[in-house]
Amino acid sequence: MTHTKTTILSLPEEEFVNPGTRACAGCALGTAYRVALKAMGRNTILVVPPSCLTVLQGLYPIAATKLPSLNVTFASTAAAATGLTSALKALGKTDINVVAWAGDGGTSDIGLQALSGAAERGDNFLFICYDNEGYMNTGVQRSGTTPQGAITSNTPLKGKLQQKKDVPSIMAAHGISYVATCSAAYPLDLYDKVRKAMTLPGVKYINIHIPCPPGWGFDTRYAVKVGKLAVETGLYELYEVENSVSRLSGASRKLIDKRALVPVSEYFRAQSRFKLMREAQIGEIQKQIDARWVRYFESPEDNGES
Amino acid sequence: MHIIESGNVAAALGVKLSRAQVIAAYPITPQTPLTEKLSEFIESGEMEAQYVPVESEHSAMAVCIASSSAGARAFTATSANGLLYMHEQIQWAAGARLPIVMCVVNRGVGAPWTIWNDHQDSISQRDTGWIQYYVNDHQQIIDGVIKAFMLAEEVMIPVMLCYDGYLLSHTYMPFEVPEASAVDAFLPPYKPAYALDPENPANLNTVTMPDVRLDAKGRLAHGYMEIRYLLQEDLIRTIDVMARIDESFRKHFGRGGSPYYETYQCEDAEFIAVSLGSLSYHLRDVVDMLRADGFKVGVMSVHLYRPFPAEAIADALAGSTGIVVFEKALSYGYQGALCSDIKSALYHKGVDGSRMPFVHNYILGLGGREIRTTDLCEAFRKSCTEGAAPTDELRWLGLKI
Repeated sequence: MTHTKTTILSLPEEEFVNPGTRACAGCALGTAYRVALKAMGRNTILVVPPSCLTVLQGLYPIAATKLPSLNVTFASTAAAATGLTSALKALGKTDINVVAWAGDGGTSDIGLQALSGAAERGDNFLFICYDNEGYMNTGVQRSGTTPQGAITSNTPLKGKLQQKKDVPSIMAAHGISYVATCSAAYPLDLYDKVRKAMTLPGVKYINIHIPCPPGWGFDTRYAVKVGKLAVETGLYELYEVENSVSRLSGASRKLIDKRALVPVSEYFRAQSRFKLMREAQIGEIQKQIDARWVRYFESPEDNGES
Repeated sequence: MHIIESGNVAAALGVKLSRAQVIAAYPITPQTPLTEKLSEFIESGEMEAQYVPVESEHSAMAVCIASSSAGARAFTATSANGLLYMHEQIQWAAGARLPIVMCVVNRGVGAPWTIWNDHQDSISQRDTGWIQYYVNDHQQIIDGVIKAFMLAEEVMIPVMLCYDGYLLSHTYMPFEVPEASAVDAFLPPYKPAYALDPENPANLNTVTMPDVRLDAKGRLAHGYMEIRYLLQEDLIRTIDVMARIDESFRKHFGRGGSPYYETYQCEDAEFIAVSLGSLSYHLRDVVDMLRADGFKVGVMSVHLYRPFPAEAIADALAGSTGIVVFEKALSYGYQGALCSDIKSALYHKGVDGSRMPFVHNYILGLGGREIRTTDLCEAFRKSCTEGAAPTDELRWLGLKI
């Protein structure tokens, strides 16, 4: 699918987030949420489980969002989105978009069963996982998507021992119409991917990398910088999976032309959560990244690995 | 039209006649034939609704919660561990004030696994803020489903319609199927005061503070406690609404007249057996047998269990000498929940010093243990003969230990 890329000048001016949210200072979710809502447009109903977004959206009776939003239990996000699409179908209101916004815990851990069920049934909604790589809202505990080596509140001395769960691949394995990864550091790429997802049938899945200043341990002004480093080092890849074909996209696609990755140590050293990582560990990860990217450099059109 | 069918089909026909718009279904014995029947109605085009074959009961209730929030009439059914798996969602549906109707086809809960009938599943959900209505036969199942939608939508509180697994779900009985046009005249389409709508956005069920709080326009909004207080107030109001709906149903269909409980031979009864569900019809035989032996006995079956129509029940029972509560569930560590509720209801009748009936409590039929008529008869006879007991000891019937 080809379409003109959105620029800062062509981004719609209409805002769906009220000024003054309850997000933490420097939170990248605010950016991603604001831009993605522009892509979804007014004719949208949101589904939100308990997460940082619950906090961002505000305390009753004041709401930061101008879109209708249904707060649901932690495990039930995707099933609730199914319920909305079913009701809208029954009521003949099929022009309304349904979009679920869950954190990484609400997606990769407690919400995975309901999400898999909805994907298998082919219910028509967009599921966004905003991935800040931990249970940040409850005080930075490890989740399925916390990367190896990261210190969290319940991996305090050794860091997380296990690898990050690859949820986009799990979702792609369901054969759904669209899977994409984005980063809050590249909001225009996010905007275009959400726009594209809204045109496709069934469950669509978008994973957004969300740098978290208090959870990851960096200064509040560096969310974009840290987010970009994750992509420029080749560690977090931006890609789309359509019709079971995976393609690097956005800033990650551009890295193929540049043929140069920023050393991954720069990403790790920018965040205090990785302070336990030794040079040898970082070197090992660098080797894995290099091996992956050599393949991409050699055959830019065949980067099916996701 | 008069037909002979199973209790589960009676429920499915009631759901179809009620024009439910979204059905969430996950298989669990003995409920499964109900939602299978609904899938058949929908696939054949006999019924217009969205059928969602969810991957769990937790998700079944999520589908009902969300579709009801968007303004659709939602239904699901479950039993036993399926109901328990929904527990969080059940509380959520009540707190969100959604008029969902759910059939609970009563079955015992694990561990150990049992697939047979008792009432522990729905009794364990007694305090969730749902309306609980227990019915005794197939006619009451189909009528009960239709009335349940009416009641739920009038008070905006979800309803569990409970009936016995196997004893009712899988047995065949004759019953009258109301005409669709008559049901349409009785039950109007669901029109919620608010449904999720991009033209009129709202952030539903969000974090609510311990205290009341001003909104963006300076108007005072409820805190958590006010929202929960109103649920309780509306549940209490539901007792009167139920009577009104039962009366309206009687006018439309010629059936009804006992919205809270049903009695048999209680007019002059000195001793009254009380129970939930089909067991009360079993106890009618026992009453006939004891009456033949000269005992003035009767039986009361409680239909509306939550909200508990305490005053009506206490009025009906207070004049008797003894009450014997037969229960297929208990509040572990104390006694049968219904027994506690009846004693609590009677309490204010005795504060002026007037004579109070004694109350005995039998636990029976757990996990499908056979309930023998002779055992029921002997237990009831013993209570009538023995009179008030010195202690509040729980009695077990049919226990082989």
